[in-house]
Amino acid sequence: MTIFGFGWEIMTNETNYQDRQWLDPDAEPFIQLRGVTKQFGSFTAVKGVDLDIYKGELFSLLGGSGCGKTTLLRMLAGFETPTSGTIYIDGMAMNDVPPYERPVNMMFQSYALFPHMTVESNVAYGLKRDGVKKSEIAERVDAMLSMVELSDFAKRKPHQLSGGQRQRVALARALVKRPKVLLLDEPLVALDKRLREQTQFELMNIQDKLGVTFIVVTHDQEEAMTLSTRIAVMDQGQFMQIGTPTEIYEYPETKLIANFIGSVNMFEGRVVSNDDDHMLVDSVETACRFELGAVAKAEKGAKLWVAVRPEKISMSTTAPQSVGTNQIKGTVHDIGYLGNMSIYRIQLDQNGSSEGGSLVEVTVPNQVRPKDGKHAIDWDDEVYLSWHPESSVALFR
Amino acid sequence: MKKQRSTFLFSVLCFGMAFLYIPMVMLVIYSFNYSKIVPVWGGFSTRWYAKLFESEEVWNALTLSLQIAVINATFATLLGTMAGLALVRFGRFRGRTIFSGMISAPLVMPEVITGLSLLMFFIALQQLVGWPEKRGMTTITIAHITFSLAYVAVIIQSRLSGMSQSLEEAAQDLGAKPFRVMFDITLPLLTPGMMAGWLLAFTLSLDDLVIASFVKGPGSDTLPILIYSRVRLGLRPDINALATIIIATVAVGVLIAGWIMIRQYKKQKADQQMAAS
Ligand SMILES: Nc1ncnc2c1ncn2[C@@H]1O[C@H](COP(=O)(O)OP(=O)(O)O)[C@@H](O)[C@H]1O
Ligand SMILES: [Mg+2]
Repeated sequence: MTIFGFGWEIMTNETNYQDRQWLDPDAEPFIQLRGVTKQFGSFTAVKGVDLDIYKGELFSLLGGSGCGKTTLLRMLAGFETPTSGTIYIDGMAMNDVPPYERPVNMMFQSYALFPHMTVESNVAYGLKRDGVKKSEIAERVDAMLSMVELSDFAKRKPHQLSGGQRQRVALARALVKRPKVLLLDEPLVALDKRLREQTQFELMNIQDKLGVTFIVVTHDQEEAMTLSTRIAVMDQGQFMQIGTPTEIYEYPETKLIANFIGSVNMFEGRVVSNDDDHMLVDSVETACRFELGAVAKAEKGAKLWVAVRPEKISMSTTAPQSVGTNQIKGTVHDIGYLGNMSIYRIQLDQNGSSEGGSLVEVTVPNQVRPKDGKHAIDWDDEVYLSWHPESSVALFR
Repeated sequence: MKKQRSTFLFSVLCFGMAFLYIPMVMLVIYSFNYSKIVPVWGGFSTRWYAKLFESEEVWNALTLSLQIAVINATFATLLGTMAGLALVRFGRFRGRTIFSGMISAPLVMPEVITGLSLLMFFIALQQLVGWPEKRGMTTITIAHITFSLAYVAVIIQSRLSGMSQSLEEAAQDLGAKPFRVMFDITLPLLTPGMMAGWLLAFTLSLDDLVIASFVKGPGSDTLPILIYSRVRLGLRPDINALATIIIATVAVGVLIAGWIMIRQYKKQKADQQMAAS
């Protein structure tokens, strides 16, 4: 039994690590940031960050405006020098390497296409500077333009292109040099919603095909979730959490992250008991007992927040058969109908009365059509909410 | 109410226009006057134009003025562009703010003072190193360059600060060294600004009277100096003819510039439509 288990363990490790090198203790990170700080005068834009990015990753830097994402990217590209700390790319310290000698290329936020050159010369520019042979330049530019489906537009100037086309020229121009790392600063922000979704998948396909490491800056959490192998959530020049989209969404480490990615319901409480496999928490506000799966290091009486995502909560108008944990009663306060699903806001009963209790958000897929404008569960209905112990997380800060 | 206001505005406009253009129209009309005494109309004639082109003095002044203007415009554009680039693009260096303020000082300095100080400078220089031996075309040109380069630098500065630096960074990112970036990206994008600067420097030099009269030497009369010194002795019909020619030249220039701009605008419109489709 143990022998079989052991063998199985090794096999999964080997196959898994190809996609998830950050779990492999022996893998060599392709990009390393060590204590990188950037100050502008007395203002610190990036505060001593450490980061490992592996080959072939599609890594996202996610954060609100002004949190230092662009500054970090510009340090990787070489347009800003870190005030302290070191950046290594492919094992080499980049401190004294100017932008034009780094093995990275950048796609700028506003694309920065050269307005006085045609699409073709824009894409060829980087190869010309590298002294690539004329015939080879023509070949590679053609191939790149056909990959981004712009072959018919080769002779146009940038101002004769639409937003989506410009974005693709910028991408082609950066990729044609076959960089080891491509830095993308808000690559999709200038596109409308439809085009953005379509382009997201194109980006992923291209990244997959070429195997280039992508580092994408974005403030759009949906975009980060769809695109990335891993996400670093940034705030005020620091990383709050680094992890896969699933880790960040399902196991946020702080209240801030839980709130930043998706929506979440939070209940303040204190630990009643903490065993190996489950923890009990009492919440004064909701007069309710919560049960959670195994949580490390939480002593009895410790203050914490129990966080549950809206889609993890099940809602019913019939009372549960037995009284148990993770059960709350409330009244439907508001319904937001989105078509594919509805967002319910439930006002909790507070100490027996239904006045002034806090609101809980629940999302419900609309498997059945509302009939005559009436939802299956409608305004002012009394509802019972519950969720599985493994569906919630305990947050201590 | 609205109608009234528009009539009022319209009459103000007419008055302003009349104020601007009647003197010029009169000048043009009187250049075709046969009579030698300017304010007396003696019938239509082109004899002053003929006389003008016979005068060697006028030709000399004209060619001198044009030579100075072209040399001045070219040097001022080169130096002004470099100054503008240094002030905007080469990061922070010691005393950048002071330089930035100082470069625009000649724009507000009274011309008399600029002229006087340059004259003293040339005299001192002559005593120290024996050059310039005598004042004339060289000194006028140098004087003109010193003040027109300030105008060019200001134009370039404003164009550069309006130009996103990310274009230059993109070029560097693609492997171009800073010097290369300047020739491939910065200068081509600055060309319109440099052309505007050249034209401005050209006109500034062409109609400068004050500074030129300070630093000129004997026998080096530019066109404005010639016109002024002749008119000082009384209005003369041949000078009217000369002025009319200048007006006509300027008008043609403005028309051509306007035509080019309209054509560019239309092209841009068409391009945008093409992009949208
Ligand atoms: N060159 C600069 N000089 C001074 N402050 C800067 C400079 N570049 C960025 N900052 C400041 O650093 C902070 C982070 O900027 P940035 O990295 O662009 O944020 P974002 O996450 O929106 O991309 C901002 O508050 C910005 O004002
Ligand atoms: Mg940014």
